[in-house]
Amino acid sequence: MELTNLTIQEASELLKTKKISSVELTQAMLKRAHDVDSKVKSYVTITDDVALEQAKQADERIAKNDNVTPLTGIPFAMKDCISTRGIKTTCSSKILENYVPQYNATVTNKLNEAGAVLVGKTNMDEFGMGSSTENSGFFTTRNPWNLDYVPGGSSGGAAAAMSASLATFSIGEDTGGSVRQPASFCNITGIKPTYGRVSRYGLISLVSSFDGIGPMARDVYDCATVLEHIAGHDENDSTTYQSPVPHYTSTINKPIKKMKLGIPKEYFVAGMEAGVQSALQEAIRTYEKLGMEIHEVSLPHTKYGLPVYYLLLFAEASSNLARFDGTRFGLSVSKNAKDVIDIYLQTRREGFGDEVKRRIMLGAYALSAGYYDAYYLKAQKVRTLLRRDFETALASCDVLLAPISPTTAFKIGEKTNDPLDMYLSDIYTVATNPAGVPALALPAGFSKDMPVGMQLIGKHLDEATLFQVGHAYQQVTDWHKKLPNL
Amino acid sequence: MSTIDTKTVKHVANLVRLGISEEEAQKFSGQFSSIIDYFNMLNEVDTENIPPASDIANAENVLREDEVKPSMSREEFLKNAPQTERGYVKVPTVLGDE
Repeated sequence: MELTNLTIQEASELLKTKKISSVELTQAMLKRAHDVDSKVKSYVTITDDVALEQAKQADERIAKNDNVTPLTGIPFAMKDCISTRGIKTTCSSKILENYVPQYNATVTNKLNEAGAVLVGKTNMDEFGMGSSTENSGFFTTRNPWNLDYVPGGSSGGAAAAMSASLATFSIGEDTGGSVRQPASFCNITGIKPTYGRVSRYGLISLVSSFDGIGPMARDVYDCATVLEHIAGHDENDSTTYQSPVPHYTSTINKPIKKMKLGIPKEYFVAGMEAGVQSALQEAIRTYEKLGMEIHEVSLPHTKYGLPVYYLLLFAEASSNLARFDGTRFGLSVSKNAKDVIDIYLQTRREGFGDEVKRRIMLGAYALSAGYYDAYYLKAQKVRTLLRRDFETALASCDVLLAPISPTTAFKIGEKTNDPLDMYLSDIYTVATNPAGVPALALPAGFSKDMPVGMQLIGKHLDEATLFQVGHAYQQVTDWHKKLPNL
Repeated sequence: MSTIDTKTVKHVANLVRLGISEEEAQKFSGQFSSIIDYFNMLNEVDTENIPPASDIANAENVLREDEVKPSMSREEFLKNAPQTERGYVKVPTVLGDE
């Protein structure tokens, strides 16, 4: 038994029956992180001391049988855009390189309360702007399946840490595919929950109306377990739903026979890698064998998802990132500054990477006088149409099945010279976020030895059905159990 | 083909308070033109009578009592400030003194 490869469910059982301790499990994870992560580079910060202290507390909690949850004593990794009090939170940006938050995100508090053990904070594209971690202000994370390839992004570090067995689960964040695409590239399971299901308080905002924190784990069951613990209403985030969080794991085994699976025809078009296409077709056949009814559906505005997503992202990001001005926290460059504007100009020039600069400038462009109607307002109108597409398709189906990326992981450096080419790789994931619907990513096979993922898209607040349908697939397939050789 | 010239790039850079060089302005100008050109495909969509999306969570207004609660201490808050003086964040001149 390799402690670092366990699922949450397996590890929790061993902890509760005292076959292992959380300290042992955490030490094994930290040892592996220190041995292997020099190759993978998934962590920005490894929190040895915090982890061992939390593990000790978890063991005491288990010994006393004091409010033990399925996450008590379980080591996890967290994307470095989620605030952790007293622990550096960098968003992989030079502008926050030494920033230590004075408060916890709600998600951090909830995981602390559940007794989970923080192993470290993971690398990402700077402020979540990217699809490969190549836009990290620090370094590029490697794909554990082939170190010359990207792990995907922006939650690439969180996905790679899972895939390399450096955490039992990860917390990612998905603005337009940032949980699902790296999950797909690294052969793990992850969910972007419904917008408003998980509190964004303490998440460093990229696009306030798209951002969604979501778990990444070894299987669907584990994702359901984590979401049960981090979801829910939060008085510090007024966009969170008041409705109670369902007990996802208790309905996850419900049969899926006769349920309706929608296949959006616009997602199965030319341009998809052959191995991705055949893996998806095979998954559809598997669902057919499991008794689901397969229906072709249409999401007619699919091709406009990308411009809508990026225009709104640019606009919201340019406004959200205004707070990084070198006066109250973070990097401050004030060489010979004659006035406060000079500090802004110098700090932001030095602190932001090229992709961040591009996006906030394009945001100002799309919002500026003369262009507002043509870009920002137009995108918000087409967003309404995108949302209606999903509502219509999901009115006749329980869930939709779609690809996550037209290709498997690409090579490091392959797309860095052409920003638009990099944006185009997000074509299958971006539409769900402007629409707010939840989507579950899960492994569906391999193409030329690299993992292929698929996503199940559901109705607003219907994560339970996504877990049920995803779990049924993982009962009859073992793609999600495959691990890279490192 | 839309073109975003270096003058426009410098203008938006100033709007977002970003210092950029002439070289950078030239590089961004080419990249912005191709990106905006691609986005112009939205013009194909008929949005007559389509309302812009305003909220995504079907959110309702959230009200609560305005209660005084403990918050972060001034000392704690100022821990991350690059320059402070007498319990305040210190910055250079905001309004010109000439």
